[in-house]
Amino acid sequence: MSFKIAASPHAHQRRTTQQVMRWVYVALIPGLLVQSYFFGFGVWLQITLALFTAWLAEAACMALRGRSVSHAWQDHTAIVTAVLLAISIPSLAPWWIIVIGTAFSIIVVKHVYGGVGQNLFNPAMAGYVLLLISFPVQMTSWPVPQQLALYSITLQDTAQLIFTGFTGAGYSLEQLRMGIDGVTMATPLDSLRTDLSQALTVSEATSKAIFASALGGVGWAWLNMAFLLGGLVLVKVRVISWHIPGGMLLGLLLPALLMSWFYPDQSVGPLLHALSGATMLGAFFIATDPVTAATSNRGRLYFGLLIGLLVFIIRTWGGYPDAVAFAVLLANMVVPVIDKYTQPIAYGHGGKL
Amino acid sequence: MNEYKELTRQGLWKNNPALVQLLGLCPLLAVTATVTNALGLGFATLLVLMGSNLTVSLVRQWVPKEIRIPVFVMVIATFVTLVQLSMNAYVYGLYQALGIFIPLIVTNCVIIGRAEAYASKNPWQKALFDGFIMGVGFTLVLVLLGGIREIIGNGTLFDGAELLLGDWATALRVEVVQFDFPLLLAILPPGAFIAMGFIIALKNAIDQYRAERVAKPVKAVTRARVTSQ
Repeated sequence: MSFKIAASPHAHQRRTTQQVMRWVYVALIPGLLVQSYFFGFGVWLQITLALFTAWLAEAACMALRGRSVSHAWQDHTAIVTAVLLAISIPSLAPWWIIVIGTAFSIIVVKHVYGGVGQNLFNPAMAGYVLLLISFPVQMTSWPVPQQLALYSITLQDTAQLIFTGFTGAGYSLEQLRMGIDGVTMATPLDSLRTDLSQALTVSEATSKAIFASALGGVGWAWLNMAFLLGGLVLVKVRVISWHIPGGMLLGLLLPALLMSWFYPDQSVGPLLHALSGATMLGAFFIATDPVTAATSNRGRLYFGLLIGLLVFIIRTWGGYPDAVAFAVLLANMVVPVIDKYTQPIAYGHGGKL
Repeated sequence: MNEYKELTRQGLWKNNPALVQLLGLCPLLAVTATVTNALGLGFATLLVLMGSNLTVSLVRQWVPKEIRIPVFVMVIATFVTLVQLSMNAYVYGLYQALGIFIPLIVTNCVIIGRAEAYASKNPWQKALFDGFIMGVGFTLVLVLLGGIREIIGNGTLFDGAELLLGDWATALRVEVVQFDFPLLLAILPPGAFIAMGFIIALKNAIDQYRAERVAKPVKAVTRARVTSQ
């Protein structure tokens, strides 16, 4: 009788990349619904454009590299990259924004580094940063939540706006971004940033209409809660572990709490930090990319903490209102170091006794 | 004459200072936002490279081995100062555009590298030619990179050429594409790194393609096994 010893890993999780990715976009659905409720149908159009571009770019790259085109598409990683990028950009941005961003994500950030599993940087966020740096105006023109907008936008208007820059009635995006008071409306984080830099206190800054109903600004709080819900589903079905989102939220909220204790007038409370901007999308969907995040659980915790801390630092003192993309890319660079120092010690191989 | 041909091949393609040796990357990436800047810095480097190669080659018999590097650096610094003062006098606009990167030519590794590797061991004619051809190779890459970045980031070519060549050169300005919103990243330093990476990749791809065409398919020789296992 012979004992056959199989090589590790001994515990299997019977889940293909395709299934993991499918869970990710199922979990994005609540967020997407909320986003299209508050900000119009633009996001769906952006997703369509992104998917189309991603498919073309992926097929071109795989053909150039002499690999099977259909195989690459089937692992669904390009789909997730495209969808995440489409969600991150303002939903009424012109069509070429998402096309350039997605093409850059897939071609330069993913395939130049060697394709699935080889890339150093999160493709969606690298594409986002390219767009933010190159086209700052378009990338900060978030539409006003429908409930506060002066003009309401139909599906047809959305399509015309994305492809031609004007609606059927001839309104430009700049006009559509006016609130009910006829003033162009910034996102909650953006408006806070401007006001705080003009020496207003937080309570003065948050008295604007955009902060009227909810905790983190109209629309944005619900959006973040929807992404939180989807993210919790992902944790529950064990597609992601809690370490990265947990670490990131801790890294963001702890300093925010301390700051709002000591400087209540000049700093934003933790609740607003948690429920505005891209916090929840970043914590549960973007930072948890299995390729570019740290590997061990302890490493993931540090990775998340670093992202959270960086988001807090950039939001508070940096030049940009939101910071998830920059924080994720910076943390991606640190991942090899984190992995080196958090490598678990195999049983029987040194360590403390 | 054969050696000159070989030097040309080395400087322009096979051992190109920018594409293969990857020397002088700092000015290469920093000032190539437009063709004009690239051309200006390329010429300045070319002049310094020729001057320093010539001088180093002429004095090579009298420079002790132990202190050759400081001597080379002083020679290079002299030529850089000459070039800098002349640029200040004759092409002031470009001098301001290039700024700190003119004095920094002193630290460009291409120059000290050629002085040490070639000029200090060869007669002055060859050293001068080597300096010339290496400088041309470097300038060509600068201009190529500058052209790519200027087209993508600004939609033009030879924008501001009058700074380098005088007033008649305003006619050189070509509006290649009219962008409403140019891709700013191409003008910024990351754009330089990405474009440079693609140029190097292209060069390697061309080399590989040529090597494959030259290499004759080797006929596989089947050998009869003479020993049994």
